[in-house]
Amino acid sequence: MDLRTTDFELFGLPQRFAQERPEIDARWKELQREAHPDRFAAQGSAAQRLALQWSVRINEAYQRLKDPLRRAEYLCELRGAPIEKHSNTAMPGEFLMEQMDWREALDEADSEEELDALSQRVSVRRREMLQRIGELLDGENDARAAAQQVRALMFVERFGADIEERLAQLGQ
Amino acid sequence: MSLLQISEPGTSPDPHQRRTAVGIDLGTTHSLVASVRHGVAECLPDGAGRVLLPSVVRYLGEGRRQIGWDAALAQAEDPENTIASVKRFMGRGLADIANRDKLPYRFLDAPGMVKLQTREGAKSPVEVSAEILATLRHRAEDTFAADLYGAVITVPAYFDEAQRQATKDAAQLAGLHVLRLINEPTAAAIAYGLDNGSEGLYAVYDLGGGTFDISVLRLSRGVFEVVSTGGDSALGGDDYDRALADWLLQRTGLAAESATDKAAIKMLARQVKERLSDEDALDVPLSLGGRTANVRVTAADFEAVTQELTARTLAAVRKALRDAKLQREEVQGVVMVGGSTRMPQVRRAVAQFFGREPLVNLDPDEVVALGAAVQANQLAGNNPQGELLLLDVIPLSLGIETMGGLVERIVLRNETIPTAKAQDFTTFKDGQTAMAIHVVQGERDLVADCRSLARFELRGIPPMAAGAARIRVTFTVDADGLLNVSAREQASGVEARIEVKPSYGLSDDEIARMLRESFTTAEADMKARALTEARVDAERMLLATQSAIDADGQLLQAQERQAIEQLMASLRATAEASNEAGAVEAAVQALARGTEAFAAQRMNEGIRKALAGRKLESL
Repeated sequence: MDLRTTDFELFGLPQRFAQERPEIDARWKELQREAHPDRFAAQGSAAQRLALQWSVRINEAYQRLKDPLRRAEYLCELRGAPIEKHSNTAMPGEFLMEQMDWREALDEADSEEELDALSQRVSVRRREMLQRIGELLDGENDARAAAQQVRALMFVERFGADIEERLAQLGQ
Repeated sequence: MSLLQISEPGTSPDPHQRRTAVGIDLGTTHSLVASVRHGVAECLPDGAGRVLLPSVVRYLGEGRRQIGWDAALAQAEDPENTIASVKRFMGRGLADIANRDKLPYRFLDAPGMVKLQTREGAKSPVEVSAEILATLRHRAEDTFAADLYGAVITVPAYFDEAQRQATKDAAQLAGLHVLRLINEPTAAAIAYGLDNGSEGLYAVYDLGGGTFDISVLRLSRGVFEVVSTGGDSALGGDDYDRALADWLLQRTGLAAESATDKAAIKMLARQVKERLSDEDALDVPLSLGGRTANVRVTAADFEAVTQELTARTLAAVRKALRDAKLQREEVQGVVMVGGSTRMPQVRRAVAQFFGREPLVNLDPDEVVALGAAVQANQLAGNNPQGELLLLDVIPLSLGIETMGGLVERIVLRNETIPTAKAQDFTTFKDGQTAMAIHVVQGERDLVADCRSLARFELRGIPPMAAGAARIRVTFTVDADGLLNVSAREQASGVEARIEVKPSYGLSDDEIARMLRESFTTAEADMKARALTEARVDAERMLLATQSAIDADGQLLQAQERQAIEQLMASLRATAEASNEAGAVEAAVQALARGTEAFAAQRMNEGIRKALAGRKLESL
C-alpha cells in the first residue's frame, strides 16, 4: 500500500463504475480514522507530515470515487481513454441541438416553476447518460465510447449548475 | 529544569503519560478555557469562581495590564487604552473595519493588519489577543499546577486564512503549543453530539459577539463530518448593540462624539439588549455630552431595528443548505451556540425557518470551549481508544490570479481538509522567465473582490515560446485549515514555495520581537524561555516515540529499534545536560529524522488494518 495505488485499491473496492455510495462513505471514514493528522497530533512532525500526505490522498480518492462523473472520468483514464476535456470538445450534432434547446429554455425561464421543470429534464437525461456510461464501462468494456459519453455529460452537468445558480439568484 | 507532570489518580490508564491539554474559546466578547477532568469536560473558573473572561485588555502604562472583568468596567473611563472585541480586527486591514468611526479606538494603518494606538504604543490585534490567551493559560496552569502540554483553539468556521493565521500567531505569542485550530460550530457539535449520542444531520447556528457561523454536520458513530459551512465573520451581537445604540441616539436626538461617549453608549446598548431577553419593555436613561434624556424601548422596537441582521444570518443558512444539497426538512436538529442566541427574536426566527424548536440545553457560552477540551484531550493522546474524528471543510475557495484580474479557483469551498490540489498554468510571452503568483481567497470572479493572501515569484524558468512552459501550482491546506502554496516548472524542475503568511501575517522575526517586548526584556530570560521550550519539545518527542514503540515495536527490526533507542537516549541526555536550546533542538531533529521510516511503516500498517477490517466484514 503506498500513495500511488489507485483510488479503488486504496478504498478496497472493485475497479468498476457501479458502486454503492454508503460503502464509499464508510470506507472513507474508516481510512481517515487511521490516517488523519489528528491521530498523530502527539507524535512529532515526521508522523504529522506523513499523516497529512495520506489524509490528503484519501480525501482526493474520496472526491473522485463518490461523484459518478468523476469516477467515470477516472476509469476511462485508467483504461487508456483519457477525457482531455480541454482539447477534445467534438460532440455529435444531435447532442449539440439538444443543448441549444436547453440554453434557450433557460434564457426564457423566469419563474421557479419553469426552472424546476427544466432541472427535472436535465436530471432525467443525466440519469440516462450515467446508466449508459455504466453499461459501456462495466458491461461492454468500451472505454473510448464511455469517454465520449463522459464528455457529453460534462456539458449537461455544467448546464445543471447554471440552472442552480439561476434558482439561487431567484431565491435571494 | 526537569518537567514534572502531575496527573490525577485513576483518570488515565498510565498516569505518567497523562498530559494536561485544554480547549480555548477565544471569543469576541468573552473567552473561556476548559479541560477534561475525571473524564468530563468542564470550564475552568478564575479565583472568584467565574468561568467567563471578558475579552478586554486595558493598557495601564509601564508594562502593566488589566485583562478581563476589571478592564471591561474601565471601557468608558479609559476607552482608547481599553481594547474590547479585538477579534473583529484579527487579520484585517484598516479598510476592512466597518463602522470604525463609531469605535473609540485610535486605529493605525499598518501593512497587512490594522494596529491600535495605546498609551503603550501601537498594538497589533495579535498582541492584544495573546494577552487574553496568556491569562487563560495561566489560569489552567494554576488549576493543574502543571505546564500545559497543548491547546486546541477555536475559530469561527467562516474565518479566512488571514484570521486563522493571526489566531495561531497569538497563541504562539502567548506561549501555547497549538494542537489544532478547530471551528467553533464543530466544537459545539462535539459537546452536543457526545452528550446526546446523536446521529444524523445537524445544523449549528452560532451567533457570537462578533461573528456568525452556520455549519451543517453529519454525525455517525463518533465521526463529525462537516458537510457545508457558511457565515459572516463580521456579524454578531456587537452589531445588534450598534443598531440599538443608533436607534437610542436617534430617538433622543443625543450624539456620541467623544471616545468616552462612544464607549458608554456601546455598553448601555448591550445592557438594554440583555435585559430585553427577559423583559418586554424598559425605560432607558441616557446621559451623553452633558445632556440627558429618557426613552422607552420595547422588545418589538429592538426586533424591528435588528430584523435586517437576523435576515442576513438566515440568508447564510439558506446558502449553506444549498451548498450541502439539502432541504431544511432533512435537518434533524438545530443547535444554538453563542451568547447572542439568547435573544428571543433570533431563537424565534431560527425555529420558524427550520420548523422545529432549536436545541438550547447546553450553555451557549460554554459549549464551544467544552467541545474543544474534548478534542484537546484526544489530540494529546490521553484517550487512545477515543472514537472521535473530525472531518472539517475549508470555508472559502482559494485560487490564483490569472490574466485580466480574474480568479482561477483551485480549492473549492466546503472541501474536506486536509486537501491538496494542483493546476497547470503556462507563460503568456515568448521567453518569459519569471511568473508572479498571486494567491487569493473568496467566491467572486474578480481578484479585486477577493482577499489577497500572498504574492510570490517563480524565477529561472528556461526561456520558451509562450504557452510552452508547464507550471504546476499546488495548494495544500492542512488540518488547521492553513494554506501552503508551491509552484514548479515541470520540465526544468525550477521550484518556489511559500507558507502563505508574509503579506498579511507576522513574520517569525516580528513574533520574536513581540515576545521580547511583551513578556521578557532581559536576554537571559529569552534564553531561559527558549531552553524551556526546547526541553518541552524534547519531552513531547520522547513520549511520542516511546508510545509508538510500545504500540507497534514489532514492526521494527532489532537493528532499527536499537538505532531509535540510541537517538532517544542521546536526546534525553542532551535535554538534561545542555543549557543550549540549539543543542536540544538539534537532538530533537535527529530523533525526528531517525523515526521517519518507522512512522511511514506504522501508517501503512494502519491503512492495511482498515482494509482488512472491511474484508472481514464482507465475508
